Amino acid sequence: MPLAQTATSVPVTVNKDLCIADKGCTVCVDVCPLDVLRIAVTDDGTKTAYMKYDECWYCMPCEADCPTGAVTVNLPYLLK
Amino acid sequence: MDEILDGLTQIDCDILVIGGGTAGPMAALKAKKKNPEANVVLLDKANVKRSGAISMGMDGLNNSVIPGYATPEQYTKEITIANDGICDQAAVYRYAEECYGIIQELDSFGIRFQKDQNGEYDVKKVHHIGTYVLPMPNGDTVKKALYRQLRKARINIVNRYMATRLLTGEGRVAGAICVNTRTAEFLVVRAKAVIMGLGAAGRLGLPTSGYLYGTYENASNSGEGYAMAYHAGAGLANLECYQINPLIKDYNGPACAYVAGPLGGYTANAAGERFIECDYWSGQMMQEFYDELQGGKGPVFLKLNHLAEETVAEIERVLHIVERPTRGHFHAGRGTDYRKTMIEMHISEIGFCSGHSASGVFVDENARTTIAGLYAAGDMANVPHNYMLGAFTHGAFAGEDAADYIKDMDFAEFDHAEVEAERLRVLAPTKRDDGIPPNQIEYKTRRLVNDYLQPPKVTAKMQLAQKRFAEVREDMEQGMYVRDAHELMRSLEASTILDCADMAAAASLYRTESRWGLYHNRVEYERDDENWFCHTILTKGADGQPAHAKKAVQPYVVDIADEEKDAYYNQRVDPSVAAE
Ligand SMILES: Cc1cc2nc3c(=O)[nH]c(=O)nc-3n(C[C@H](O)[C@H](O)[C@H](O)COP(=O)(O)OP(=O)(O)OC[C@H]3O[C@@H](n4cnc5c(N)ncnc54)[C@H](O)[C@@H]3O)c2cc1C
Ligand code: SF4
Ligand code: SF4
Repeated sequence: MPLAQTATSVPVTVNKDLCIADKGCTVCVDVCPLDVLRIAVTDDGTKTAYMKYDECWYCMPCEADCPTGAVTVNLPYLLK
Repeated sequence: MDEILDGLTQIDCDILVIGGGTAGPMAALKAKKKNPEANVVLLDKANVKRSGAISMGMDGLNNSVIPGYATPEQYTKEITIANDGICDQAAVYRYAEECYGIIQELDSFGIRFQKDQNGEYDVKKVHHIGTYVLPMPNGDTVKKALYRQLRKARINIVNRYMATRLLTGEGRVAGAICVNTRTAEFLVVRAKAVIMGLGAAGRLGLPTSGYLYGTYENASNSGEGYAMAYHAGAGLANLECYQINPLIKDYNGPACAYVAGPLGGYTANAAGERFIECDYWSGQMMQEFYDELQGGKGPVFLKLNHLAEETVAEIERVLHIVERPTRGHFHAGRGTDYRKTMIEMHISEIGFCSGHSASGVFVDENARTTIAGLYAAGDMANVPHNYMLGAFTHGAFAGEDAADYIKDMDFAEFDHAEVEAERLRVLAPTKRDDGIPPNQIEYKTRRLVNDYLQPPKVTAKMQLAQKRFAEVREDMEQGMYVRDAHELMRSLEASTILDCADMAAAASLYRTESRWGLYHNRVEYERDDENWFCHTILTKGADGQPAHAKKAVQPYVVDIADEEKDAYYNQRVDPSVAAE
């Protein structure tokens, strides 16, 4: 049974301009209890955090602990 | 990150604490304090800094027993009555006696508790009979304060390892098998004592939103504590006494009548009328809630729109920054203003959690399970209605007892074939080229839990559930497929959830009576004290299936008069009074 590519919108967004993952920050990735955030290299070669897995408890440590205020936690669409 | 690597490391420690949420950190601190020489390891699936139910803090202590407001006798009595008498009081009584000391200790960590003008603790009445709720004005700092103490005490913290099975040998605990959630590498921890604080089985039922992680409980608590205890042969008590909570509809977080209640808020029906006298969560209260929903007077709401502006502002201040801070975003998104509209509530998915009900791994007043050297505390241990302070206090009991237990104790020998077998089980989904992803296995299990196990419980439905679960298990064992280490963690959780679903069905079928209001409402049976005034203990039988036994309730420490026994069944507001 091969897998499909079903899209879902993710609740957590990161403002690339504020994120300092390039300087080595991984705070949001470190604190998330569901371990759903990761760091990616963007088109212009800089790094940024993003939500890789849509498995969020909308609990907010990522937003609260981000040193630059780059993270916004929205409610998952299914329950908002 | 997330690439699947092959690896196995073994480490040794004196005391392994699994779960760094609430009970676990306190257990580790107390063990280390009592025996500074001991090597204490605190291991968590997430990051201890922000893990567990208290990740973003707590509104208050829901069950503090503070001199001047309540006595250990009163508290023990209330919890016994709330649990329809099925309660080994020794553990509750010891908690009630010693929790005040823990409050003072938390105070010394920098966690503040609300005081009145005279400097006395400002305890509020929420329960049916006594007064136990103590607000925490800086409740958002709980986890940070705890973490500072762990660092200070030099506890060895191991993050992002998920425990999957316990090791036993020589009739006692020998350690645990753990898997790295980002690399799939194995860590075998040999330990003289193991303390489990893995929290509730929070992903058992499916929230009505259909979002797998939109649970009441912190969704990283998928129930491994229950599954690991089961596979190791420990006894689990009263699993049929489900956790079911009254929550904000869709958001699925607490409506927080505990915060709003003392300030004048209450649970109301669609007409804005109060229908229960007491908003404290119990099976009996949930039954009234269910009846109101089903009886045509619902939906049910939290009503605050009759309160003064300052009061509403105060409630918002607390509810929107602590515990589940996205609550404010949720209301804003829907245009719900506490001043104008009531807040729609509903009934949560089912789970196992002694923090709010009574289902858990069987423990005594020292937090000892039925396996020597193995302890459990917090939401996964069976001390009823234990909440956060219970997790801290019983965590402390476990840590202190374990510190004594390990003296003159060596590691127990275990069978290394167990580790090999676990490696095969865990890695099986990585060895396939395609198949069913863990999220589908999990979704189907949890949807079936809702369809067939949710109360009111019906025998034929629960038997069907068992058949369906067996089919899903077959699919899981033969066809589950993962692509990276993160998905592997989810596959292990799916397997845990299925174990818990099997236990929930089996335990509910065994107790052929109704008890604990909605929690174990079996429509074909009445309450039957003659045959069922006892605990039920579930263990793994020789055939690998759940086995059951009755266990007598220990003689009471605090007597309950006959006329008090059913106090929790008298919660419905008298219609003639409500009309006034
Ligand atoms: C939304 C909410 C609000 C609440 N509000 C209140 C309140 O206001 N007052 C109050 O008194 N009580 C409240 N409670 C109850 C209280 O928070 C809990 O009873 C208590 O925190 C439970 O502690 P615990 O240690 O058992 O579990 P947790 O604190 O949840 O810790 C469990 C830990 O185990 C870890 N873990 C899970 N599985 C594994 C695994 N396989 N391997 C390794 N680690 C694992 C988790 O990552 C987590 O860190 C609330 C609970 C919730 C969910
Ligand atoms: S914590 Fe903030 S700055 Fe750091 S990686 Fe995450 S988003 Fe970027
Ligand atoms: S809200 Fe919670 S679960 Fe979601 S990404 Fe942030 S920390 Fe993780």
